[in-house]
Amino acid sequence: MLFQTATPDTSGYMIAGFAISFLVMGLYVVSLYLRSRNLHRDREMLEEMDSAQQKSASK
Amino acid sequence: MRSKPLLLTILDILSILVLGISTYLALFFAPTERVMGEVQRVFYFHIGTAWTALMGFILAAVFSIIYLVTKNLKWDRYQVAAIEVSLVFFFLTIVLGSIWARPAWNTWWTWDPRLTTAAVTELIYIAYFMLRQGIDDPERRARFGAVYALIGGLSAPVTFFAIRLFRTIHPVVIGGANAEAQGGFAMTADMRVAFFFALFAFTIIFIDLYWNRIRLGELQDQVEQLKLKVTM
Repeated sequence: MLFQTATPDTSGYMIAGFAISFLVMGLYVVSLYLRSRNLHRDREMLEEMDSAQQKSASK
Repeated sequence: MRSKPLLLTILDILSILVLGISTYLALFFAPTERVMGEVQRVFYFHIGTAWTALMGFILAAVFSIIYLVTKNLKWDRYQVAAIEVSLVFFFLTIVLGSIWARPAWNTWWTWDPRLTTAAVTELIYIAYFMLRQGIDDPERRARFGAVYALIGGLSAPVTFFAIRLFRTIHPVVIGGANAEAQGGFAMTADMRVAFFFALFAFTIIFIDLYWNRIRLGELQDQVEQLKLKVTM
């Protein structure tokens, strides 16, 4: 770029940069959502198991 | 886990909003840099993500000290959350830097001091999660994690100061100039607006993701405790 006279067309790199930024941030948000959903399911299942154990122990 | 706080929901919406505004400022408001062309616009996100990630790594080191003093697992959760979000942001910093470097330096990657310290920092924190996964006992995991994050935290200031201390081709945009730098530029007033707004936007996004990640950590702990209770 030392002896250039016109501004180079680097728009392809710019588009790639912004696309990757949104993709990575989007994937991280999705990963947070999926992990949270799975943990909620696990917790519900474990709470049911726990209450079932307590019921059988009291009998 | 408690239901989502209203403030966090507001922060979620605000994050989307500031990301949109920051993108607009970077793409349309800031002028095109004459020498590098359009690719210079990724610089706003590059700095925004770098700033928050490095702050996050330092924050994690501070939480490590607090955990080692108090032994309260809450600080371990805060530390893990800070490192995970910072790791994602710092990955973006490196990728965006590489995309910028291709037209500016004519290479995707070079073992320049700044790039090397950045890559080492990223690898240190990837290894942090590998270390944690190998330890089952929560107390032991938190203790090892805290010591590791405390030592790893040193890599953040080293990365930040690498372009100020060593001979490097990485430009110094704020607070100094580097004679060896290639691809540096002087910011115009409009560029500064986009730049400072990007810093603000990524700080808001970081806080939002960080808070969400802390809540996920709380849920993980609850599930682990329930598992222990059920299997006993």
